[in-house]
Amino acid sequence: MDQTILIAGAGHAGGSAAAMLRQLGWQGPITLIGDEPVLPYQRPPLSKAWLTGDETAESVALRPAGFYAAAGIGLRPGSRVTGIDRAARTVALSDSEVLPYDILILALGARPRRLPVPGAPLELRSVSDADRLKAVLRPGTQLVIVGGGFIGLEVAASARALGVDVTVIEREDRVLARVACPLLSDFFQSHHQARGVRIVTGAEVAAFEDTGVRLRDGRRIACDSILAATGAVPNDELARAAGLACENGVIVDLAARTDDPAIFAIGDCTRRPLPLYGRMGRLESVPNALEQAKQAAGLICGKPPPAPEVPWFWSDQYDLRLQIAGLPFDATAVAVRGDIAAGKFALFHLAPDGTVQAVEAVNAATEFMGGRRIILRRKQLTRARIEDMSISMQELAA
Amino acid sequence: MPRITYIEYNGTRHPIDVAVGKSVMQGAVDNNVPGIDADCGGECACATCHVYIDAAWLDRIGRPPAKSQEASMLSFAAVTRPDSRLSCQIEVTEALDGLVVRMPEGQH
Repeated sequence: MDQTILIAGAGHAGGSAAAMLRQLGWQGPITLIGDEPVLPYQRPPLSKAWLTGDETAESVALRPAGFYAAAGIGLRPGSRVTGIDRAARTVALSDSEVLPYDILILALGARPRRLPVPGAPLELRSVSDADRLKAVLRPGTQLVIVGGGFIGLEVAASARALGVDVTVIEREDRVLARVACPLLSDFFQSHHQARGVRIVTGAEVAAFEDTGVRLRDGRRIACDSILAATGAVPNDELARAAGLACENGVIVDLAARTDDPAIFAIGDCTRRPLPLYGRMGRLESVPNALEQAKQAAGLICGKPPPAPEVPWFWSDQYDLRLQIAGLPFDATAVAVRGDIAAGKFALFHLAPDGTVQAVEAVNAATEFMGGRRIILRRKQLTRARIEDMSISMQELAA
Repeated sequence: MPRITYIEYNGTRHPIDVAVGKSVMQGAVDNNVPGIDADCGGECACATCHVYIDAAWLDRIGRPPAKSQEASMLSFAAVTRPDSRLSCQIEVTEALDGLVVRMPEGQH
């Protein structure tokens, strides 16, 4: 008899897992349960083209509406899993219905981290969040963005393009502190400032008010609207309540298995092995969602495990395309390839033994792609060779 | 609608009618054709929608300009060849009716 697969969460990870299972020939029932009222969609445009252009839930959808029926994938939009009964292999839904499963894939995502201070700023995770944000981005109005990470800076760039006055407030002493090295932070900070964004670093929020943001040091920054972009927390509560191993994310192995053989977990809600770096970590990214969807779908369909990928991230701001490959966990040195002032360069992060752990590339796609290959092969390089532009990336990666 | 034939590495053919204005990549993704991953959703950021253009079509479609984002991405895509393109960068027009694209062994 065909086994039933339930996928809890219909974001990029869940939606892709359903499609991949069908690609790999899974014949049994698949049902995709998602709390949003729309089809699975891509979130990356929400901080960019959604705000500045005419994107719609349809244009950012992972696959067209007709796809799911044609592929025999059941959809339960506007529905949330509220509990897992592992012994009975059932899940309870928000509308009190109970659905049985043979295999459960948790693709529960993450949600915006909320600062423990009074007030209710805008957030950005879903299309409805993006619609609310878009509505306030009127030319000449003032926006304060709390959090100078990727989302905060991407929205800053979009808002500037719309003629909005923007101030970014960052708790750390530099923007992108959690995701980039100081050289890159400096570059992005200057690039934003040159385009009229005010950046206030080392500042903690005391309260979100109707007409501004109050800081702990007593300063008050007046504005018309506030976006909080202060990171994300994994939605692992359901798994935790069901007794699955969790530690700031559902713990999975390289086949996206939890410690219950009938339950997989993929995407932003997981903490996963990072085999290139010999540790566990949480990766909030589309490529990670897709890699884990592939791992789970592959194992379920009896395919050989996919080769581990180099984690990567991208961010578009103004005329800049940032592509990051790898994670600089043990890096102690940085090599600069290209010209930072010209806005076309890559920063190679080296471990003490010269192994390239990460490459941050700005408008430098060849360095990004070559860097991915170098990292995957755990290649060791010297700073001098990396910085020598007379040596091609092909040669460096060979 | 122009018909595009996607051929998997294992030889499986997928003839698909793709609306004008979509990309060759979208035509594959919308129809769940295996072998085109398109991780970045068409932003030319990931090189996982790599295809080989059938020889009869290569001149008409052209190669990416040297030093373009696409050419740079392709320089290290899995198993790049002279007839490689990123399918997210090819817009479907009536003139592409009959196009044949083949997929590489892998996208990663």
